[in-house]
Amino acid sequence: MRIYADNAATTKMSEKAIAAMLPFLSDIYYNPSSLYALGQEAKDALEAAREDIAECIGASQREIIFTSGGSEGDNQAILSAAKIGEKNGKKHIISDGIEHHAVLNTLKKLEKSGFEVTYLPVYENGIVKPEDLLSSLRDDTCLVTIMYANNEIGTIQPIKEIGEICKKHGVIFHTDAVQAVGHIPVNVKDDNIDMLSASAHKFHGPKGVGFLYVKRGIALTNLIEGGAQERGKRAGTENVGGIAAMAAALKESVANMKNASQKLTELRNKLIIGLSGIPHSALNGDKTKRLPSNVNFCFEGIEGESLLLLLDDKGICASSGSACTSGSLDPSHVLLSIGRPHDVAHGSLRLTIGDDTDEEQVDYIIKSVNEVVTHLRNFSPVWRDLTAGKANFIL
Amino acid sequence: MALYSDKVMDHFRNPRNLGIIENADGIGEVGNAKCGDIMKIYLKIDNDIITDVKFETFGCGSAIASSSMATELIKGKPISEALDLTNKAVAEALDGLPKIKMHCSVLAEEAIKKAIEDYYEKKNEKL
Ligand SMILES: Cc1ncc(COP(=O)(O)O)c(C=O)c1O
Ligand SMILES: [Zn+2]
Repeated sequence: MRIYADNAATTKMSEKAIAAMLPFLSDIYYNPSSLYALGQEAKDALEAAREDIAECIGASQREIIFTSGGSEGDNQAILSAAKIGEKNGKKHIISDGIEHHAVLNTLKKLEKSGFEVTYLPVYENGIVKPEDLLSSLRDDTCLVTIMYANNEIGTIQPIKEIGEICKKHGVIFHTDAVQAVGHIPVNVKDDNIDMLSASAHKFHGPKGVGFLYVKRGIALTNLIEGGAQERGKRAGTENVGGIAAMAAALKESVANMKNASQKLTELRNKLIIGLSGIPHSALNGDKTKRLPSNVNFCFEGIEGESLLLLLDDKGICASSGSACTSGSLDPSHVLLSIGRPHDVAHGSLRLTIGDDTDEEQVDYIIKSVNEVVTHLRNFSPVWRDLTAGKANFIL
Repeated sequence: MALYSDKVMDHFRNPRNLGIIENADGIGEVGNAKCGDIMKIYLKIDNDIITDVKFETFGCGSAIASSSMATELIKGKPISEALDLTNKAVAEALDGLPKIKMHCSVLAEEAIKKAIEDYYEKKNEKL
């Protein structure tokens, strides 16, 4: 059995997305900036994709900029808002501790150049409180950047409330919606979102392509200088095939969203119940305000990488927030932010299911995780001390 | 290419000398749960020879495989040889470890040294 349960890392391209891409790899290879009719054919495809994508998130097509993915969108959105802020003498930004590193490292860079960043707490359930945002807003706040849904623990933030607060106070609101777009309903107008980054490979499109939504009237700063593509805001000959595939993938995901998320939610809940049966384990992140695909657990007394390797032996692809899987000494900043101590954060497991996942696979995952956790605990000195009463259980 | 060599995976999947020794002559525990790898080594020593060795490890694949390999390398050997064991030798015996994983193999070397220290301390107490 081979089970892919790492859909938050990336997804399989849908057949429709592949089909949408192919013509641009063969027949329609022309440069969309070229004047002749064949070049305009490529240009038309690009603009059709822009139109489709805009419609999927409630934006207008002029508000969509194509990028190389989520990281680029996050960087450009944040740096652009900071530039606007700086011009007006505003150098305070509000974010939270569980953002993706594309956001966190961009903020770190700004902090070095004199910006001040407030990181809102996310509490044990991994969700920010709008009242904390309200009390953190200052006269010099130029940007609020809070992710739509978290990539590790799947928690969904109160985006609509945050958007309302930002609108009322005239502060730009950016959201990293990489894990949300195509999976849960996202509408930039309803949610009062000013900027939003997304990435095609998280919703069955290709890797290396994404888009940034920027509300009309907000000036973008270029990360890449050069030609006048993307209304001068992002230079470089467009990845036409990738963009067409992204649009096809998003349209399909949005059309299937209701059915897919219902099925996923059922399977997710079954997984959560099944894994909760393992003693001294705990679900990370809110039980219900989470992506339909996301399950994230900590198991006391074991380490995540060895768990992943043994699950791989059983044909299960998953991920972990342990230090030894990231190559750093610290476990996931997300798990630490929701209050998991280091000892426990090392023993985490993220399963992100997808459209291919079925009930039989879920049963197999539960059984396999049970076996592997038991095996690893059997020779864990930490587990021995815990069970011998020499140390206290945390979970 | 896989992250680990076949030998690492073999020792990870089937760790040698797993477990504990009741009334061990020397015990060494290194690492902490904060950094993600903990190793505990138990020695039985007779006439300066390591007659038996067991281990328990909380940690990544590299940590588990290095503990297993290290116990194999010192079993039946005189204390002096065990004290000479380096993490490099452990890694080499495993057909290499990824660079970012070398730090996990240091623990095996340290755990053995600590267990031997413990042995000498206990011995001195008895005298
Ligand atoms: C929440 C979040 N933001 C940003 C990114 C980066 O996206 P990309 O890999 O397309 O640059 C990811 C992908 O891992 C993500 O999950
Ligand atoms: Zn390690």
